[in-house]
Amino acid sequence: MSFDVPEDLRYLESHEWVSTDDDTARVGITDFAQDELGDVVFVELPAESDELAAGEEFGVVESIKAVSDIYAPVSGTVTAVNEALFDQPELVNEDPFDDGWMLEVELSDESELAELLDAAAYRDQIE
Amino acid sequence: MTLRQSPLAGVYEEPTLTGFGGWEMPVEFDSIRTEHNAVRETAGKFDVSHMGQVTVSGPDALELTQRLTTNDVGALDPGDAQYAAITDEDGVVIDDTVVYRLPAKSDDDYLFIPNAGHDGEMTERWVTHRDEWGLTATVTNRTEEYAMVALQGPDSESQLSAETTLDLTTVGRFEVVSTTVSGVESLVARTGYTGEPGFEILCPVAEAETVWTALDCQPCGLGARDTLRLEMGFLLSGEEFHPRDEPRTPYEADIGWTVALDTDFVGRDALAAQDGDGVDEKLVGLELLDRGVPRHGYEVTDPDGATLGHVTSGTMSPTLGVPIALTYLPTAYAEPERSVEVVIRGEPKEARTRATPFIDR
Repeated sequence: MSFDVPEDLRYLESHEWVSTDDDTARVGITDFAQDELGDVVFVELPAESDELAAGEEFGVVESIKAVSDIYAPVSGTVTAVNEALFDQPELVNEDPFDDGWMLEVELSDESELAELLDAAAYRDQIE
Repeated sequence: MTLRQSPLAGVYEEPTLTGFGGWEMPVEFDSIRTEHNAVRETAGKFDVSHMGQVTVSGPDALELTQRLTTNDVGALDPGDAQYAAITDEDGVVIDDTVVYRLPAKSDDDYLFIPNAGHDGEMTERWVTHRDEWGLTATVTNRTEEYAMVALQGPDSESQLSAETTLDLTTVGRFEVVSTTVSGVESLVARTGYTGEPGFEILCPVAEAETVWTALDCQPCGLGARDTLRLEMGFLLSGEEFHPRDEPRTPYEADIGWTVALDTDFVGRDALAAQDGDGVDEKLVGLELLDRGVPRHGYEVTDPDGATLGHVTSGTMSPTLGVPIALTYLPTAYAEPERSVEVVIRGEPKEARTRATPFIDR
């Protein structure tokens, strides 16, 4: 089985992705992660203006068969939450890198991005 | 420990596998929701070769099995089956099983189906009691000889009809026949664990692939098997009962209808006493009203936060789209529409009790 690993994203070993646009980062879980979890039925996310610390858990994703913590790839302030996931958690399965995004974060330390895996390194990890 | 392998391992392609009762079995082929819906709407097939098969034959086969299961084995005619509990002296359920009185032309008299990984222990239990009671019966663990495939769903009868010459309308619920499936000598029973019409097929391991591949429907794993049985409120060994971790009697587990107190069996006296006194706690259904998924071990409290019990199994019901669970609660809560809470990651979530099955079947 092969999984989508977009080249322009950065990754955590725990299967979160981050995309950046200036000082804002968007965060979600990877195609591999959604496949491992199976049917996602519930996503618990922080509220806007909550503070995230890199490497710490910020939410929970529940599938029919499992519950999994989600970890912050970067530190910063939550500026947007994908509220569509509350009614349509299956978006995480259907479109993990786009409609299934979870949070937008205003970065507090852009240098943290350099610590994350690039696509090649993440692909090596899951293959 | 090496996991036991189904004779069908390697036949199906790319399932996600899981360890269950000492066996490595498919948990998911496509997605639990897809597989679940196939069974509710059309048909699905499950490899359930991890279930045990123990045969009991000889002059005292009936007495031995009668004295080790709660139901009335004496009521079975050839070709009949019944659900039963296997209890210890205290009436605690150590396994649940289906007991088959095999069709007249079979080599063996009775067959029962212990849960995954219990086949050795149950064979030993039958042999030990046979010897202790001086009975004459041959007890054989045939788990490694049989493959078992469950075909479940509203289309299961038309599916199976294409593969057998037998008129399946002659096979009633909880009846078993000897026939061929795609030319393979098999036992076919109208039984299952999903709440849908369906069959369970027992065939020799060497020909399991022929039977499995002949059934042209959605392959399903243990994940969907669990969501399907949970919507029906059916018990799962190790979750709703376990001799050490969840010691429960059939009355507590809401399967009191399997207890024939007018027969003599291990645990009978304890159960007769409990039948008279009533139970303190009983298995009930829960529906979560808040977001979340109740899972095994989560605490259940009253609306003031006082502990009442814990979730034995729970899931997001694919059919209903709501989170459901089973739990043992004080009998005062064993009626529908009682307000309780389930504690999920430290947060109390609103729930209410519900009658089972959760779905209309």
